[in-house]
Amino acid sequence: MASENHFSAIKGAKVLMVGAGGIGCELLKTLALSGFQDIHIIDMDTIEVSNLNRQFLFRQSHVGQSKAKVARDAVLKFRPHISITPYHANVKGPDFDVDFFKQFNVVLNGLDNLDARRHVNRLCLAAEVPLVESGTTGFLGQVTVHIKGKTECYECQPKPAPKTYPVCTITSTPSKFVHCIVWAKDLLFAKLFGDKNQENDLNVRSGDAASSSDHVEDVFERKNDEDIEQYGRRIYDHVFGYNIGIALSNEETWKNRNRPKPIYYRDIFDNEPTQQNGNVDRNCATNDPSSVSAMASVGMKNPQDVWSLKENSRIFLEALKLFFMKREKEIGNLTFDKDDQLAVEFVTAAANIRASSFGIALHNLFEAKGIAGNIVHAVATTNAIIAGLIVIEAIKTPLSLEINTNRAKLRDIIEKVVKSKLGMSSPSIMHGTEILYETGDDLDEDLLASYAAKADKVLSELNCPVVGGTMLTVNDLYQELRCNINIKHREEFDEEKEPDGIVLSGWTQAPSSVENNGTKSVDNAGSTSEGSTMEAEKNDEIEIVPGKKRKLSEVSEDVIPSNAEETKGKEKLEVLNGDDDDDLVMLDDGDSGADKKIRYQ
Amino acid sequence: MDGDELTEQETALYDRQIRVWGADAQRRLSKAHILVYGIKGTVAEFCKNIVLAGVGSLTLVDDREVTEEALSANFLIPSDENVYAGKTLAELCCDSLKDFNPMVRVSVEKGDLSSFDVEFFSKFDVVVVCCCSLTTKKLINEKCRKLPKRLAFYTVDCKDSCGEIFVDLQLHRYSKKKLEETVECELKYSSFEEAISVPWRTLPRKASKVYFAMRDLLAFHEELTEIILMLVSVLERFEEVEGRRPGEVSIEDLPGVLKLKKELCEAQSLNESHIPNGLLERLVTNAREFPPVCAIIGGILGQEVIKAISGKGDPLKNFFCFDATDGKGIIEDISSCNTGS
Repeated sequence: MASENHFSAIKGAKVLMVGAGGIGCELLKTLALSGFQDIHIIDMDTIEVSNLNRQFLFRQSHVGQSKAKVARDAVLKFRPHISITPYHANVKGPDFDVDFFKQFNVVLNGLDNLDARRHVNRLCLAAEVPLVESGTTGFLGQVTVHIKGKTECYECQPKPAPKTYPVCTITSTPSKFVHCIVWAKDLLFAKLFGDKNQENDLNVRSGDAASSSDHVEDVFERKNDEDIEQYGRRIYDHVFGYNIGIALSNEETWKNRNRPKPIYYRDIFDNEPTQQNGNVDRNCATNDPSSVSAMASVGMKNPQDVWSLKENSRIFLEALKLFFMKREKEIGNLTFDKDDQLAVEFVTAAANIRASSFGIALHNLFEAKGIAGNIVHAVATTNAIIAGLIVIEAIKTPLSLEINTNRAKLRDIIEKVVKSKLGMSSPSIMHGTEILYETGDDLDEDLLASYAAKADKVLSELNCPVVGGTMLTVNDLYQELRCNINIKHREEFDEEKEPDGIVLSGWTQAPSSVENNGTKSVDNAGSTSEGSTMEAEKNDEIEIVPGKKRKLSEVSEDVIPSNAEETKGKEKLEVLNGDDDDDLVMLDDGDSGADKKIRYQ
Repeated sequence: MDGDELTEQETALYDRQIRVWGADAQRRLSKAHILVYGIKGTVAEFCKNIVLAGVGSLTLVDDREVTEEALSANFLIPSDENVYAGKTLAELCCDSLKDFNPMVRVSVEKGDLSSFDVEFFSKFDVVVVCCCSLTTKKLINEKCRKLPKRLAFYTVDCKDSCGEIFVDLQLHRYSKKKLEETVECELKYSSFEEAISVPWRTLPRKASKVYFAMRDLLAFHEELTEIILMLVSVLERFEEVEGRRPGEVSIEDLPGVLKLKKELCEAQSLNESHIPNGLLERLVTNAREFPPVCAIIGGILGQEVIKAISGKGDPLKNFFCFDATDGKGIIEDISSCNTGS
């Protein structure tokens, strides 16, 4: 697999990587080590501290810089002579159009969102370039291959929609901590600090109560001369006390539920005439608004500690105050951001106070941040393994042949490509199950004549037309070789540079390998001849032809028998070895023609 | 637990992985000491993974100088002769690894591992050996087992598209989540010597218990695992018999390797066809590592070591084999009877 001729074959390939994050860093490294020489990489992101535990091409000193560019520089240190072209840009931008995609032999995705994945999938379909798609969450990861006309595309299988909650669960009847987080983040935080014109369901339940809606609007506005401490207490009492009281008045709601308990400021800070507020001065060390912290000013440090109701109340009031004192300009324009410390503190405290009302277990800031920010669990090992699998798949992707299918004849493919470039002596060519051409001593003359007639036909005029997007399978029984060729239609060719009117790209023209004492190698990855996507067929090994139906290869200590039935069209590597510590969600439930999953702990 | 709390810096850096394995596992990692012997591409991958994970310390042993082969799959060595000239592999990799995570102490120890005494190993919690002979593997495993403390021992090797990991955790206690509950478990491991002494012909029978429900796939899996294990065994023994340095075989050795295979199969009363000559030939002619396989094997080994240190989750027992030509990874338990699972 790693033989010399394979390396030189890889050299000719031009690959596009989308994403230079967790998978991207590992992938770029493995591609470079594997011998790829022309790699293009797109990523719009800049480096953050929380990336550094796994995105090993980045250092503390790179925080804030372009991922694509820093990744390139880091890899050039150990592979200085290869070409890496970085783009610090959004892959959805207009520069990356179908023509841009067409220049690549394969596209490798290491993305973190559905939207961009779908976009790249569509461009790959339009440009007829094979796509290797991937994703990881914690110990889970998977790799799928998408080739137009041959496998499912990325969107052929429905993807799980992001979790949503009924409005009344959030506004009135939370039963899980996540409901309290959504309330704190999307309703309360948005109401107090976000766009005032946005519709907000925060007070939806009190609309039918005695208070008029005018009153409701007033509640959240800080009055001109209102003391900030007084304002904080008023908000506190309104959202945790008064609003719960209103909700309780609707008896129907609580017939089969536990009744929540209204919480008022005076209940918590009973004997303290004025609240022991934090020392804002502790925040004065810097004027950087992003480093303002309510935890710091009330003297709490550990994000792993679960705060008491009183501590949460203190943080809540402190955070509210700090927003008005230190970040007043931003009020009205803020949206929740998981990297905004003060926002995370505010949301954690508010969610916990609400959870107390409803008898839901409290959570620490670390956990609350994960829920509020939809943070995807990530470790280096899974990314490294997945990147390895991506490269293995990338090497297996088929050859592509650009040809004018309205002018060129089948004979051109046989002579100029299959015999001369791929070095086959007795080839057969298949289009699906249809045999277009074959050779052999035992064929009768009628058949040979019909093949000769077919060979002189124009590709698109064959009974079984060969057009753009067609995948041909070429076989040489004597060489035990087989490969797939992806046809791309092209109208014009440069007569000087491309006199044959064909452009074959992929892993072509590998120098022939060492002849090994006359024994035929059983390596199924090209050590027997030139051209290396070819895979020899052997009796003792499963045949794996890219894009063809594959047999299951799923192995583990606890092999899951049920999957044995659904083996066709799916390759799945599952190293299932342990407990599910986390509620892990498969990022994609890919089900395509070539599909690998790792589930590992 | 005072003084054991993760610092603010640690919490920020390790945020995403603490969400995977928890703060207590992260604390245990930060106190673990790892020894690595023999640095090739797979071990470079492994070192990267555990340095990023935030272990306490990593000690590297490899006095060899940089060769073209060493550069081929190792991203820790800068490709600049001015930088690498005169330095050992361990020193060069140490410089790069330090950079990955300033919170991990990475250092170099000089010398031949087989000459280190038992006392030396007592400083470590995990020992990983690569590119060394069968005899050295056995010897180091024995030394680790002599210590009063429990030391996790791993060997790892990659050749061409194949990779293999062996694990000896002696007696390993750990916890795992089963549904909502946390249960305590215990596993007893065979030593390297015991494991490789298990007669080959008994393997399929043992394995068939594991794969009870899957008759069709079964035969295939068993065959494949064994093939890789046996190939590695044959090559290891060849190196031992011929007094070769690990990995120092070439196409000229093929007849000798094939002859040895025949003898081994006879001695083990195993049909020769179980070990295809073609695969042996592939491994003999191309002993180089294939970088994607290094990433996969190094990733799995990294995760296994993290599991062993944190005492969380079922660890691998006791062989793992992977072949990129068919994309299969297989865990095989090959233990002597007295330590059987």
